[in-house]
Amino acid sequence: MEITLANLKRGQKGIIKDVSSLHIPLKLLEMGCLPGNAVELVQVAPFADPMYLNINGSHLAIRKETAVHILINIAHE
Amino acid sequence: MSKQINVALIGNPNTGKTSVFNALTGLNQKVGNYPGITVEKKEGICKLPRGVKAHIIDLPGTYSLNASSLDENLVIELLLNKNDKDFPDVAVVVSDVENLKRNLLLFTQIKDLEIPTILVINMADRMAYKGISLDIACLENELKTKIALVSTRKNQGIEKLRELISDYRKLSVEPCLNASEIDPEYFNSLREAFPNQLLYKLWLVITQDVNFGDIQRQESDTLEDFKTKTKIDLKRLQQKETIKRYQFINNTLKKGQTIDLSTAKDLRIRFDRILTHKVWGYLIFFFILLLIFQAIYDWSAIPMDFIDSTFASLSEWSKQTLPQGQFTNLIAEGIIPGLGGIVIFIPQIAFLFLFIAVLEESGYMSRVVFLMDRIMRRFGLSGKSVVPLMSGTACAIPAIMATRNIESWKERLITILVTPFTTCSARLPVYLIIIALVIPEGRFLGLISYQALTLMLLYLIGFGAALGSAYLLHKTLNIKSRSFFVVEMPNYKLPLFKNVLITVVEKTKAFVFGAGKIILAISIVLWFLASYGPGEHFNNAENIVTEQYATENLTEEELQQHIASYKLEHSYIGITGQAIEPLIQPLGYDWKIGIAIVSSFAAREVFVGTLATIYSVGSDEEETIKNRMAGEVNPVLGTPLFNFASGISLMLFYAFAMQCMSTLAIVKRETNSWKWPILQLVTMSSFAYLVALAAFQILK
Ligand SMILES: Nc1nc2c(ncn2[C@@H]2O[C@H](COP(=O)(O)OP(=O)(O)OP(=O)(O)O)[C@@H](O)[C@H]2O)c(=O)[nH]1
Ligand SMILES: [Mg+2]
Repeated sequence: MEITLANLKRGQKGIIKDVSSLHIPLKLLEMGCLPGNAVELVQVAPFADPMYLNINGSHLAIRKETAVHILINIAHE
Repeated sequence: MSKQINVALIGNPNTGKTSVFNALTGLNQKVGNYPGITVEKKEGICKLPRGVKAHIIDLPGTYSLNASSLDENLVIELLLNKNDKDFPDVAVVVSDVENLKRNLLLFTQIKDLEIPTILVINMADRMAYKGISLDIACLENELKTKIALVSTRKNQGIEKLRELISDYRKLSVEPCLNASEIDPEYFNSLREAFPNQLLYKLWLVITQDVNFGDIQRQESDTLEDFKTKTKIDLKRLQQKETIKRYQFINNTLKKGQTIDLSTAKDLRIRFDRILTHKVWGYLIFFFILLLIFQAIYDWSAIPMDFIDSTFASLSEWSKQTLPQGQFTNLIAEGIIPGLGGIVIFIPQIAFLFLFIAVLEESGYMSRVVFLMDRIMRRFGLSGKSVVPLMSGTACAIPAIMATRNIESWKERLITILVTPFTTCSARLPVYLIIIALVIPEGRFLGLISYQALTLMLLYLIGFGAALGSAYLLHKTLNIKSRSFFVVEMPNYKLPLFKNVLITVVEKTKAFVFGAGKIILAISIVLWFLASYGPGEHFNNAENIVTEQYATENLTEEELQQHIASYKLEHSYIGITGQAIEPLIQPLGYDWKIGIAIVSSFAAREVFVGTLATIYSVGSDEEETIKNRMAGEVNPVLGTPLFNFASGISLMLFYAFAMQCMSTLAIVKRETNSWKWPILQLVTMSSFAYLVALAAFQILK
């Protein structure tokens, strides 16, 4: 199933499918947020913003407004 | 060889560059488990084998050569400018063994600049814990470099690194992959137009707005022609480039690194389930803050009283033992009480620094950033503003520097402007002494003392003022800047006792000596101004006062006291103080407090020392600062000078007023304009005056 990263539930995992170059800063790509990499939602702050992710082994937090521009495929358990 | 070799330490944030720097140079630069501790260039000297000396440069962390914040810019500008006196002969890329994949991205970029490069794989002590094993020979081969496996915590591998640096001429300068394959046509045309320039460097200059370094002006004009691609095309290319680099890295690590997941442990996730939890996370954060106030207030009361009485005895003792004369008076009445006004606060300051250091070294700070981002955004700040606001409780100067890793200029500017509202350690002395004088003892619900509670309220007022003014600035400042936020959550680390101790000792020392110098100068000047005066009134005080009280039956001692205070009032300082008295009388202060406030504009922490010096001139008794202040009487009202109303008014004045020259200077430097520091000085100080006025008039 294809959703944006912002819709991921806590503890869910997925594979990044596409990132919108226009909206996603290069820095995030360089930190490993690239198509094909695994991503897991570790924790969310109130109102699901910001989101604490494990992307390709890097633990980082981004805001929801950024997460909506990242498309992922949910891994089937 | 006489020339020193330049060695630059480069790497992602939080990989241990500064730890390696300290190990190489023997210096004690600040280390902490939060990405973005180092924000400026730091330099040191390291002795290498065979008598060679190296000039080591520690740099802020950067994720790549595409800079997105000010601290990162610094690195790129240095690496692109061959004419910079610090341009590295050899680059040492420091990486964290747990994040090798991501750390190597920057490494491959630096290799493309064809600078001799050594790879340090740091935190080797964590390998067993994470189930990581490395084939160093294979990695060296693939990455075309030499590798030092280092653990600065266990002091391993530093010798090897020294060896490698001294042999830097043997390092290969060949790039480890060919990034121009992402668009051969474009890069070929670029190569033909600038045969003498490095391709990758041209690419960096085209894609971002860094300083041009040694690329000639006319060349850069021609370069403009090559910005034929639209922004979005360039960005796609950069993405392609990044993917290509990661492909290479993945292949390399497949050969040279094995991770045994069955032995790997990850406490981080388990801790973070609780520490960043929607409810527990905030509760724990609040509890930690409470603990800090309790420690600052209660735990340090005993050493504080001890120091206070020691200085009182010391002053008395020097008066007794030293030969009588003006010089002895200067020491006993000017310098010793002045210094006492600083030294007395060492316990609190040390506790404060200790807590901040532990929070930074444990990795908890990033979690606070995560928890607070959403709330801070409402006020036009970033989650990352929390770090300056919290470390601002030590001192606003490093706090303002720490804003450099905030990506958005608007969020950064607002953070800089409001940080001076946080209660810095220089305000602590003023608060502590006044709280002790005007707030009753006893405990709230038998738990936390009223005095500690007051202190906590003052801290909250400081943060509240910071947030409130941030909100106003957010609504009024018309600055367009893209807000973007990403923060790394580093692994938790047991704070290294040595690192924490060094931070606490260094900072406390800096506080005492920094303030000590100022207070020494000020107390000498004040003492002279208080001990001498112009004209009849000062020089003939004995006769005037004796005559005045001739009809009353005063004891000799009472008479002497009247003479001393008459003299003080007509000394140079008394005259100055009385000139400003009308301005501050509505706030409930007398002219002596006025003088202390004026000298506080040099630095707030001299307030207590200043009062101590003024009060002790002409007085013969052994008294602690606190008792002296308690004994002062308001000349107009006849009540104790430091009462509830004037005390609250004074604390509020210090809470809001911008009384720190050094902070203003830093704000000027960081914002590159006088406009912002002047704005701070004027608005903060007039706001402080109005609040203090209102408080006294309502409470009196
Ligand atoms: N376990 C372990 N921890 C280390 C080692 N070296 C450094 N650290 C820790 O890693 C953290 C980061 O160290 P720093 O030296 O401040 O890192 P930095 O690269 O200078 O960080 P920035 O200046 O923020 O970019 C600190 O908490 C250190 O105590 C090591 O060899 N082993
Ligand atoms: Mg550092």
